[in-house]
Amino acid sequence: MNKRTALYEQHIAANAKMVDFSGWDMPIHYGSQLAEHRVVREDCGVFDVSHMTVVDIRGEDSKSFLQKLLCNDVEKLVDEGRALYSGMLNQEAGVIDDLIVYKMADGYRLVVNCATREKDLNWIRDFAKPYSLVVLERPEMSILAIHGPNSIDKVCAILSAEDAASVSALPNFKGVLCGDWFIARTGYTGEKGVELIFPETDAAEFWEKLLAAGIKPVGLGARDTLRLEAGMNLYGQDMDETISPLSANMEFAVAWEPESRDFVGRDALTALKQRQLAGDLPVMVGLVLEERGVLRAGLKVITDKGEGVITSGSFSPTLSQSVALARIPQGSTQCQVEMRGKFLPVVLGKPGFVRFGKRVFKS
Amino acid sequence: MSEVDQYRFTRSHEWVCVNDDNTATIGISDFAQSALGDIVYAELPELGSEVKANESVAIVESVKAASDIYSPLTGEVLEVNPDLGDTPEILNESPYEGGWLFKMSISDAAQLEELLDFGQYQDLYK
Repeated sequence: MNKRTALYEQHIAANAKMVDFSGWDMPIHYGSQLAEHRVVREDCGVFDVSHMTVVDIRGEDSKSFLQKLLCNDVEKLVDEGRALYSGMLNQEAGVIDDLIVYKMADGYRLVVNCATREKDLNWIRDFAKPYSLVVLERPEMSILAIHGPNSIDKVCAILSAEDAASVSALPNFKGVLCGDWFIARTGYTGEKGVELIFPETDAAEFWEKLLAAGIKPVGLGARDTLRLEAGMNLYGQDMDETISPLSANMEFAVAWEPESRDFVGRDALTALKQRQLAGDLPVMVGLVLEERGVLRAGLKVITDKGEGVITSGSFSPTLSQSVALARIPQGSTQCQVEMRGKFLPVVLGKPGFVRFGKRVFKS
Repeated sequence: MSEVDQYRFTRSHEWVCVNDDNTATIGISDFAQSALGDIVYAELPELGSEVKANESVAIVESVKAASDIYSPLTGEVLEVNPDLGDTPEILNESPYEGGWLFKMSISDAAQLEELLDFGQYQDLYK
């Protein structure tokens, strides 16, 4: 039988259509993916993402271990609660997973993907062997993401006055521990909001409070179109162990400095960087289809420099057009997508189509 | 249009309504729209084109996937639903009425006999 989050009954009660997601029964939508997408762009919605994996790293070597394990540098996490997006690479500089790492009072907290849980834990534990630290998975934690322009106000209205004051004062990419609840200004939708990691025994009661406060449940379907509009990658689709951060729009999450930091995959990544500088490394771009139709993952892209492929594509509810992420030859200036035997012109730009409810895509 | 229980259905989830003037209106079933999820675009057949039964003649795209629509009958496309261009969501909201796809002539009425009635169609996914 599939795994279920602590909120399974609540999803059913909210009319969720449940689907299998990497061995979990998860809500794909609660009636309309489009309506749920819009509620996050215009108001506020809540996602149950408890299928994701929380891993705490504790002990005196935690920092040096993560400086080896991750391509981004936890040295940047100057104060407690601060968050950083990173890749975890293999020796060939392929992406084993993308993750968020938070600095905690007693070490660090990683949130990694659900589908990659087992290989991530194996990889982390293998590398951790020579270090003095503990790798502690936290399956007893629920994770809720509450996003939208009204999210902070609506969440703070439910929290205690003290917690609300802490949360409303948080800058982006920072979290705070409120008792055994960790609440952080992070997320994956391109809207402001918070993610809460807290004991699953508290989940049902809190969920009811959220719904009573007018916060709408949002399924994984809308989560996918929201992250695509925001130009954010989905692991396993936009990148995997054969793709380096340089070809997945993830170089912002690579800390090249200091040069002395020898993170896993650094040598291979440096060699790929040379190829990139020579103009010979595939690049991830954003595509917008101006005609009617919907771009889909797997469709072939033909450019003036060669061929590429769409890695994620869907209809953008905010732009009312189809958008896609694609990996294409570097330096391409003209693009067409082959769809059902026709070649459709698409507009080429940086990945990222919508931020804070507004179009940001530029050709 | 007549009631849904008078419609004929294909196994690929299209419906056929035979009109008083002996033309047929074609659409997709409530089950199909629900399985597809929010529909964002419909590519309809060309007016005046001759289509054959079981031939792919249209495409319905939802946020989730693209789905081929097969003509239930052989005939000529007489009319396509003009509302689907701007408001494809009527396919979700009203699959049996406002969300019809196209109208066609009926070249071979015997093909209607091969289609399922509403009860038989409903039994398909019980």
